Amino acid sequence: MNAGWLCGAELNGKKFSAMEIVQLLIYGIVLGSIITLGAIGLSLIYGIIRFANFAHGDMMMAGAYIALFFVVTVGLPMFVAFPLAMAGGALLAVTIDQLLYRRLRRTSPVILLISSFGVALVLRSLIQLIWGPSIHVYEQGIKLPIRFWGLGIKPDQLYILGGSVALVAALHLFLKYTRIGKAMRALSDNSALAQASGIDTERVIIWTWVIGASLTAAAGIFLAIDTQLHPVMGWRLLLPLFAAAILGGIGKPYGAIAGGMAIGIAQEMSTLVITPAYKPAVAFALMVIILLVRPAGLLGGGTK
Amino acid sequence: MSLLEAHGLCGGYGEVDILHGIELVVEADEIAVIVGPNGAGKSTAMKALFGLIHVRQGTILLDGADITNRRPDRIVGLGLGYVPQEHNVFPSLTVRENLDMGAYLRRDDFAPQLERIFEIFPPLADKRGRPAGQLSGGERQMVAIGRALMLEPRLLLLDEPTAGLSPRYTDLIFERIVAINALGVAVLMVEQNARAALGFAHRGYVLAMGRNRFTDTGANLLANRDVAEMFLGG
Repeated sequence: MNAGWLCGAELNGKKFSAMEIVQLLIYGIVLGSIITLGAIGLSLIYGIIRFANFAHGDMMMAGAYIALFFVVTVGLPMFVAFPLAMAGGALLAVTIDQLLYRRLRRTSPVILLISSFGVALVLRSLIQLIWGPSIHVYEQGIKLPIRFWGLGIKPDQLYILGGSVALVAALHLFLKYTRIGKAMRALSDNSALAQASGIDTERVIIWTWVIGASLTAAAGIFLAIDTQLHPVMGWRLLLPLFAAAILGGIGKPYGAIAGGMAIGIAQEMSTLVITPAYKPAVAFALMVIILLVRPAGLLGGGTK
Repeated sequence: MSLLEAHGLCGGYGEVDILHGIELVVEADEIAVIVGPNGAGKSTAMKALFGLIHVRQGTILLDGADITNRRPDRIVGLGLGYVPQEHNVFPSLTVRENLDMGAYLRRDDFAPQLERIFEIFPPLADKRGRPAGQLSGGERQMVAIGRALMLEPRLLLLDEPTAGLSPRYTDLIFERIVAINALGVAVLMVEQNARAALGFAHRGYVLAMGRNRFTDTGANLLANRDVAEMFLGG
């Protein structure tokens, strides 16, 4: 591999081929699409219920484990288990909302935030109680990447990418054309006016959890396919999720797409110059920078 | 029986009352205007009618039905539309989507009503695909009033519909309010441009410090020397 057009880059005395960079870009896009799906849910919920859901990463993890139940315990193929796990994630979120958050909604957002922290701990402990603290996978065995032009792409990564694009497109159509989707955007814009228009805010909030949590469960399953299942898999991704949502302007689901991609690609590309263990620090650094420079997010016009 | 009857309204935002026994009556098909100095409780009275603040005492009857302290998303279905003074559009939604949200409770075909709104406010027809946040202040006000008209209310509550508008747009909005009223929609509005509004109002209320000070026809209030001296700047 030393074709003339493949000019390399040199950093810290290490030499990288353009191929290596493209390979990392591909990994970044895959990670970015997982973060995007999770960040959309986070952003939707922030935009409509106005609280930072610290249980979001663990909702992701719970979705992955619900799929594990359907795939390994029940023995269903993944393409059947996937929508079932999305529905399971949505049901879980609506249940938590109705039992807990609904009663706290009239209090301050800080109380909701702290209670979501508690939800995160409960979810993680429950999963650990059922499946134990060790690693699980949906399918045993090693899958070899497909090689073309010297780049390695695993079939799973193509499914993740294709699935994410399809889900984001479906979300777009939902928000743009359905009555509930439009009501969700209206509520996020101006909740008092939405109520004055006759929109039943409690119903829209339930729908927001259904949509946000099913995308989150999908993100969790994709993450588990790309890596493996572990009780802290979602908690570890919480920081990148928030970074992506804030980067895109929290409360704006379309911004979360740009934010998620930016964080995913930045995290993977950072391994060119720093050790991979510092990947989460990259998300944190980007979040701090964006809060200092553009607090309303990249796509944020102005503050409300 | 009048379309709207509010008797002895007392209430406010917290512990302290802002309204001290407000009386408001609006007949079907008429335009009623509330004027008064800042802090008189004009906007608060409108919010009380629409269930946005707690009414501690008093009753509100819409066409004989008690709507006191009912939720705004229920009241709006009973034929009362409300346009707040500020933040009265969904900025990221298009003009068309704003109007769709006004028709949220309608399960029937509201296309004819949509066309009627575009006839009342022709500038909106060309901009139906534009986000409301990108419109001028006057156009935004048209979207706000149009949204409230989508449910074909019997009574429209307008809280300072011309606040912050240029004189040209102020005249246009007044003229459109008269046109909407001519279609059979009663209007109750709070207005800072007291003289102009009382000029076309069938009924006027002067509020001060949370109480009714004067109630008469618009023309009589304009002719009343006390009102002119105290509230209309001589």
